[in-house]
Amino acid sequence: MVQSKKPWVAWLYLAPAIVLLLVFTAWPIVNTIRMSLLEGYSTAGEIAGKTFEFGFGNFAKVIDYGQFKTCLTNTILLCVLTVPISTFLALLIAVCLNAIKPLQRLLQTIFFLPYVTNSIAIGMVFAAMFNIVGNLSGENPLIVTAGIINEFLALFGVAPVDWINATSTYTTNMIVMVVYIVWNALPFKILILLGGLQSVNKQYYDAAKVDGTSRVRVFTKITVPLLSPMLAYVVITGFIGGFKEYSSIVGIFGEDMGPVGAAGRLNTMVGFIYDALGNHQGRASAAALILFGIIFVVTLINLYVSKKKTHY
Amino acid sequence: MKVVLENVTKIFPPRNKREQEFMAVNNFTFTVPDGKLIGLLGPSGCGKSTTLYMISGLQKVSGGKIYFGDNDVTNLPAESRGVGLVFQNYALYPHLTVKQNILFPLQNLKGSEKLSKKEMLERAYQAAKLVQIDELMERKPNALSGGQQQRVAIARALVKMPGVLLLDEPLSNLDARLRLQTREEIRRIQKETGITTIFVTHDQEEAMSISDMIVVMRDGVIQQVGKPQEVYDNPTNLFVAKFLGTPPINVFDGEVKGGKLYIGDECVLDVAGVADQPVTVGIRPEGFIPCENNGAMTCNLTNLEIMGRDASVVATHAASLNPTVRAIIDGDCKIDAASATVRYNLKPHKVFLFSKLDEKRIVFAAQNNDDFMTAALKRKYSKF
Amino acid sequence: MTELEKFLLEKKLEREKSRQRVVRVVAQVLLYVFLITMALIVLFPFYWMIISSLKTLTEYQQSPPTFFPKKIIWGNYAEAFHTANLGKLFMNTMYVGVVSTLLSLVITVISAFAFARLEFKGKNALFAALLGTMMIPGELFTITNYQTIYYLNWQNTFTVLIVPFLVSVFYIYLLRQNFLQIPNELYLAAKVDGTSDLKYLWKVMIPLALPTLISITILKMMGAWNSYVWPNLVANDIDHRMITNGLRNAFTDANTQSTNYPVQMAAVALVSFPLFLVFIFLRKYIMKGVSRSGIKG
Repeated sequence: MVQSKKPWVAWLYLAPAIVLLLVFTAWPIVNTIRMSLLEGYSTAGEIAGKTFEFGFGNFAKVIDYGQFKTCLTNTILLCVLTVPISTFLALLIAVCLNAIKPLQRLLQTIFFLPYVTNSIAIGMVFAAMFNIVGNLSGENPLIVTAGIINEFLALFGVAPVDWINATSTYTTNMIVMVVYIVWNALPFKILILLGGLQSVNKQYYDAAKVDGTSRVRVFTKITVPLLSPMLAYVVITGFIGGFKEYSSIVGIFGEDMGPVGAAGRLNTMVGFIYDALGNHQGRASAAALILFGIIFVVTLINLYVSKKKTHY
Repeated sequence: MKVVLENVTKIFPPRNKREQEFMAVNNFTFTVPDGKLIGLLGPSGCGKSTTLYMISGLQKVSGGKIYFGDNDVTNLPAESRGVGLVFQNYALYPHLTVKQNILFPLQNLKGSEKLSKKEMLERAYQAAKLVQIDELMERKPNALSGGQQQRVAIARALVKMPGVLLLDEPLSNLDARLRLQTREEIRRIQKETGITTIFVTHDQEEAMSISDMIVVMRDGVIQQVGKPQEVYDNPTNLFVAKFLGTPPINVFDGEVKGGKLYIGDECVLDVAGVADQPVTVGIRPEGFIPCENNGAMTCNLTNLEIMGRDASVVATHAASLNPTVRAIIDGDCKIDAASATVRYNLKPHKVFLFSKLDEKRIVFAAQNNDDFMTAALKRKYSKF
Repeated sequence: MTELEKFLLEKKLEREKSRQRVVRVVAQVLLYVFLITMALIVLFPFYWMIISSLKTLTEYQQSPPTFFPKKIIWGNYAEAFHTANLGKLFMNTMYVGVVSTLLSLVITVISAFAFARLEFKGKNALFAALLGTMMIPGELFTITNYQTIYYLNWQNTFTVLIVPFLVSVFYIYLLRQNFLQIPNELYLAAKVDGTSDLKYLWKVMIPLALPTLISITILKMMGAWNSYVWPNLVANDIDHRMITNGLRNAFTDANTQSTNYPVQMAAVALVSFPLFLVFIFLRKYIMKGVSRSGIKG
């Protein structure tokens, strides 16, 4: 390091970043807390000269709000379902990829492909795949298009299921979301885990081989522990991403966040914030802080668990 | 257990179309006697590690046979050979404690070999005690010094009581002081356990100091096999002569004419029995006897370094193939540091002649003398 | 050991070896079957998108479905391009992407340089504070930023799409780490030779950190291409609409029977193709950039 004769030069270099961060990052942090603590705060009200009392009413209102409970349940359910499934699948695929030689590069590339897609656009493809078009209720149900997924399931004798349309159920909606989110989450996890596997010193495996260690034991006693930092990382980022789930649902269900006739059924925490953004900034702020709190606590728990489980 | 290599060859296939196949180990044949410590010695890329890995079973041979005792193990996988292997970087599992690392090989045992928990712990502590790390059993490898990690690696290799212990560059990751200490330690452990031990090194001093036998290798070909001092005293070719010894051997252009050896214009030694020819002359640093008045060989003195018991005389010579000529002489010898030249007589058994054609050793009469050889060698080998 | 025993042992070894060989081959086959099945599942939506985009509506609705269009309708693409006004959307998105990437690169480079190479009071505290903001979900900023741009009167401008996201703490962090790996001696040598900071930055550090800069560029461009939420809030008029928003808006009646799915799939494919192209040619940089965030140097 060089002690510059002119320390202001460094600040000059940093000036653009700092100015932008003050306006678009630092101020929002302060302001969000401020807005959340003013009872019934709204920007329009403030402009009109209204004053707001200090209090925790926004938080109380958010928690009381029925829609918020739906959002929280949906978000948590999606997290709890998708993170373990995608992590397990990614680990399985990464380990298998690491064990083959021919086609490894090609398959690796294919598995990474979903990462570079537009989640709204591909969400629309998934919607089309699950979409069932026709008159499904009433005396004479008429299916115009069952959708490729239903056609596929029909091969196994499964009757067409309404996945995402007006007569769909919450369960089928969730299944579609889980499938899509897992599909979307796999590439990043595979990339990280495969990178981790490939960086494991080959000598550990040689040493284990000389000692006659069985494959299962090599996997459970060497590979997984050595991979544990990557696994922890993938799980933590998975949970953080899961709690911020929003656009994948927009991709499939549109801004209504639910099938026709049940708008908002699949709404999430982030969706809740956006809904309140326009008119109820106080409530939106409170919800955002609650979201931050949840993410923070979940991350801490994850870190604590992984500290105990990762060995070095 | 005796280890026998018979025409062992390793050929690496070309990695791409432009590359040619690479013969890492070419037709190795040698026997490691039971209970001895053997050093595989050579510059990097000479195939010594490949040889070690073939003995361990981690690499397959391309040709030839490997025997442990009377058993042909050539096609046995590593896990069935019962070898202990210490890796250059130790390969200690970072997530396991020292104790868990040492227990690891024992927990792999199956069927009739399976041990009870108590037996395993006993064995682990026994191994740990042998390498003197029984105080560190609960630590993780990261919390150990390089030397301690090395010991853990040895304990882990020894704990399953292998028939053969293999060490890959065991000292290369240690600092100079630890290296000295650790090599004594390896010698002690080997002696105490009596396990046939093969180690790989590029450091000739390391190999010379602790091995019962060394195998000098170059470019995948064995140059010489023998007791360290024997190889030092009787190198079969210029490479071996140059590779062994610190300070390294002095090398000159020379010529044999009428049974006399000439370096430059000076006749320096009587080498009866050698046909007239140009030769490369190697002279060990301790092969010079300073003789101010009637020394046969004259060098230009540049520096005199007195190091207690010995003195090191640095000089130059027009025919020298090295930049300097270094002689180690008795510290009592009086040499005038201000003098421009220094004159030496040569000890015949410290002078080696090598053919200019194939660098092979040419033995002359004085070295063929049985009496002289045995006397000299006996004195040298009394240590062993 | 008698001859017989030796013979039996050898037989046993041979049997064991051939058994192991069989196990190994079966394991390899299973590995490939599993991986290829998974790969097909991963690829299927892309395949379905392309196939569907080339069908007539009648064929699309046919049961059982066809896995290759009987008649290839390229016209779907023209219709999609027209319906969703993709040309305009594409220009908007490219403009936002290029400008914000360039500005962002400049800001990231000079900030990372200051953090990596210059010494000033409060540097570590400032850097720690920056890293701390990475933990906060972006939605928390959005509420106030939405308010701020209202006060600044920036709604429905390109500025609002560019400026709030110019600084990425993560990219500054990434590049700083990269800069730190360049030996300080190079900088000292340049100082002794009288090279100015900026010249050194331009001549030495930027070339050495080029792979990271390329990764940042690609990720930033992809970010613009895929952005949806913020543009939807603040600049969803025709003149400034971004491509993803345009795509979603053009087909909002997705649940009605009248939707022409092949055309919709053609639009989705048109939006996806540039990403695939970038991926095919610059895969190395993308994967490096993404995995770098995992294995922090």
